Amino acid sequence: MAPQTAAGDKALIDTLKLTAEEAVGLLERGEVSGEELAGAYVEAIEARDPELHAYLHVVGERRKGVPIAHKDVITTKGIPTTAGSKILVGYTPVFDSTVAARCKAAGLPILGKTNLDEFAMGSSTENSAFGPTRNPWDPERVPGGSSGGSAAAVAGGLAPWALGTDTGGSVKQPASLCGVVGLRPTYGTVSRYGIVAFASSLDQVGPLTKTVRDNARLYELIAGKDPCDSTTVELPEPVAIPEGEDLTGLRIGVPKEMNEAEGIDPGVSESVNAAIRLAGELGAEIEETTLPRSVEYGLACYYLVAPAEASSNLARYDGVRYGFRAEVDGDLTALYSRTRWEGFGAEPKRRILLGTYALSAGYYDAYYGQAQKVRTVIAQEHAAAFARFDVLVSPTSPTVAFRLGEKVENPLAMYLSDLLTIPSNMAGLPGLSIPCGLSEGLPVGLQLIGPQFSENTLFRVGHALERAIGFDYVPERLR
Amino acid sequence: MSWEAVIGLEIHVQLKTRTKMFCRCENVWGDEPNTRTCPVCLAHPGTLPVPNRTAIEWAIKLGLALDCAIAERSLFHRKNYFYPDLPKGYQISQYDVPLASEGRFLVPGPDGDREIGIVRAHLEEDAAKTIHVGGAAGRIHGAESSLVDFNRGGTPLVEIVAKPDVRSGEEARRFLQLLRQTVIELGISDAEMEKGSLRCDANVSVREAGEKGYRTKTELKNMNSFKFVADGITAEVERQSALYEGGGEVVQETLHFDPQKGTIAPLRSKEEAHDYRYFPEPDLVAVEPPAEMIERARAEIGELPAARIRRLEQELDLDLAFGLVTSGRDELYARVPGDDRRAVANVLMNQLAAAAVEPGRVNGEELGRLIGARDRIPRNLFLEAISRSDTDGFEADAYLAETTVSDAAALDPVIDGILAANPGQVDAYRGGKEGLLGFFVGQVMKETQGKADPRVVNERLREKLQA
Amino acid sequence: MAITREDVLHVAALARLEIPEDDVDAVRDQLGAILEAVGKVSELDLADVEPMTHPLDLVNEWAEDEPRPSLPRDEALANAPDPADGSFRVPAVGG
Repeated sequence: MAPQTAAGDKALIDTLKLTAEEAVGLLERGEVSGEELAGAYVEAIEARDPELHAYLHVVGERRKGVPIAHKDVITTKGIPTTAGSKILVGYTPVFDSTVAARCKAAGLPILGKTNLDEFAMGSSTENSAFGPTRNPWDPERVPGGSSGGSAAAVAGGLAPWALGTDTGGSVKQPASLCGVVGLRPTYGTVSRYGIVAFASSLDQVGPLTKTVRDNARLYELIAGKDPCDSTTVELPEPVAIPEGEDLTGLRIGVPKEMNEAEGIDPGVSESVNAAIRLAGELGAEIEETTLPRSVEYGLACYYLVAPAEASSNLARYDGVRYGFRAEVDGDLTALYSRTRWEGFGAEPKRRILLGTYALSAGYYDAYYGQAQKVRTVIAQEHAAAFARFDVLVSPTSPTVAFRLGEKVENPLAMYLSDLLTIPSNMAGLPGLSIPCGLSEGLPVGLQLIGPQFSENTLFRVGHALERAIGFDYVPERLR
Repeated sequence: MSWEAVIGLEIHVQLKTRTKMFCRCENVWGDEPNTRTCPVCLAHPGTLPVPNRTAIEWAIKLGLALDCAIAERSLFHRKNYFYPDLPKGYQISQYDVPLASEGRFLVPGPDGDREIGIVRAHLEEDAAKTIHVGGAAGRIHGAESSLVDFNRGGTPLVEIVAKPDVRSGEEARRFLQLLRQTVIELGISDAEMEKGSLRCDANVSVREAGEKGYRTKTELKNMNSFKFVADGITAEVERQSALYEGGGEVVQETLHFDPQKGTIAPLRSKEEAHDYRYFPEPDLVAVEPPAEMIERARAEIGELPAARIRRLEQELDLDLAFGLVTSGRDELYARVPGDDRRAVANVLMNQLAAAAVEPGRVNGEELGRLIGARDRIPRNLFLEAISRSDTDGFEADAYLAETTVSDAAALDPVIDGILAANPGQVDAYRGGKEGLLGFFVGQVMKETQGKADPRVVNERLREKLQA
Repeated sequence: MAITREDVLHVAALARLEIPEDDVDAVRDQLGAILEAVGKVSELDLADVEPMTHPLDLVNEWAEDEPRPSLPRDEALANAPDPADGSFRVPAVGG
């Protein structure tokens, strides 16, 4: 229930505008209580979420701290965690994911669990078993995905910040489509413990925020080695909260293939090019470069590696220890096969079949084995580029937010949404998407990619451009 | 026709680490079902494996004891298949780059040492325990449902794959007994077949003497004692030989040995062929065993059982030497003085074993004295003394003095009484039936509840009967 | 390398997905289209390239062999669809 708040307090908390940093200030100065702050977001959720459907589960914890929303693949003890799937209906975790535990330890109350494409498989949040999320800029359009609920919650003023996960672009792309800031961190810098697994060698948790500084703060909170995740490392240097606008000496590479790819909307190119010119004006050196094989083969490589790992990661959903179990009058094999057919939606099933095929006897070398070699090639191509550049730039998504239903029937067209986010993900590199303008009245995202552990550089560049661009992150129709 | 058996053994050794392979639940046997589980070993969504360092070090130690090469870089793989005892839908195992490979294990036999090649030794996690209920007890067939207990799920196993170098069921038994003693001495496993901490499967085929190449093999499972391993393999070798003799063919299948009936029956075949879709486990990073880890493991390996058997064989025979070493009694044997080494060995293998005496707790000097005196004391007294030989402060002489009546003055009245009570037998003896001496000894022993010193009794009886 | 109906049924059996008979052809068509697209990776000659098994060059990540508390049994079974006798109950294997 929303608390009674004085009119004066409400004026201080305009959830559409308030950044997490500003919220920290309000709490520290005692101008609002934790109760009032969380209450304002719960009120906003009650007002706007029936339309947007950013949340699957509203918790509305009230504590002194800037409240947060977690994508529903982030395991939260005692709070249902569904991964957007019918197969996890009824599952209530008995443990916290490491990121949820870190947020809890930092005093961040949980607003709720956000909607997503089932098992984070998708680019529009339409693959959720519980219905799609709508884009706060235009409810007829998708918020992107798979972290569409988190992106829409931040853009729609339903959370000051949120966590998502990014496998092929699932933080960066919805951030782009919703006009917010999204970071996909360097693989291994944020714990995956308690993150419902999609593709283990690619999955990373990342923050979705209104500003780059908020993003850096949330990243600082969740990053670092976790003894429960053998694939994590300590950050080589502490997170630096970015300041200033000067980009003198920064070398920016513009990969030709990523900026001239077929399918990039002219309006998207225009905004991105303007942002690149702005970077030059701030002192950066801009030069064209090339990543020929990364872009040409990245998507194919991703759609072998990720489904293969997913086919194995999703084997545990068998109706034995938790979650959905089909009514079956038969043996164990029937129970498994019916439970999994009924419990999973179309996209997970498609990817499980694809991945099983890619790993099966006789096909491993041609598909999975070859894809892992392509990954090496992609990593080498990026490493060569980063010998010359500090940052590579491109559009995050080839298009602005598309209409609900537009690509549902055509998986291959949907997969193209991640064309530009996938290559650097395959190489384990960090990427930051910041809004850089509007096209057709919808946000355009600029993708900044750096070498491993270059988050501080990405934050610095992102912050400088954010200031220079002056993008208004409040959706026009809600201003 | 003479048929040669070709036997490849696959052995699973459950490590007795304190915790499981990929989570820190306690690795214990016999607890209440599902009381040693956590989100990781129940495969809750999002959980991740973290390897047990000790398990890795122990697998390396076992690899070294098997004379294997230790991999410079080793990977874990996922082996994908569905079964209720496998919560993740895959088992974390090792595939093309195991921790240890290309070793050999020497098994002393009647014709000298037999070298059994070791293909590999790798680490993996164990499956959970499934109890079938509602149908015919204990068997999968006809069961209505199964109960799964995840306590054992995820505990560390080393799988050892031997080359098909074993030639008989008896040799397989010796291999396994020696391997068991080796892992016990390495301190890495209880290796109890009855508890399942040592498991053995055998791939069996036969071929004509001198024939090159291999014929169709069958896989023998469920042999949970050394005797069953020997008997099961022997029975299968006979079955296959008879099949070929009769013009038949061996079919590749998995077989179940019934130790009660001594028969072999096929296990139900799975509906589809296995396709485990191995791929490198993305949740784990490579293992590159550091030099100091390998050296520490190597330093902890003592003289191996096989070497000790060969040494003992010089003064005993193979069976006694093998028995002493594989029962862990050769250390005590070395501490027990006595000129008759075979007698010492026999007592250790028979009376000491039957009395379940803890060899490590026995004072060798005192046991030696007891064995030296065994002909002078009643048998039941000797056995009783043996059973006490592992108690603190046991002294053979004092114990025997306390419990033996060897004083003629004390025995004479008893002997006189018995002679008086049996005048017929006395006359018979005196008439030449000297075999009756045993009867009189027996009577005295009965009267003294076995405590009389047999040498003194014999002496006094002869004297009195000849009087 | 076109995927056949039999391939689809085989893979579905491996993955424990019971595809209704009426859907098999549609699934085959979709998988076929995706496989054709991802088959693009075979255009590259990568005989001398090492596969990337991990994005980071980490080795020897492990934990000491020190026990941590397990879950109380009621928590372990709390999410079970069919708990029985302190265990997870499933139908018998085979049939």
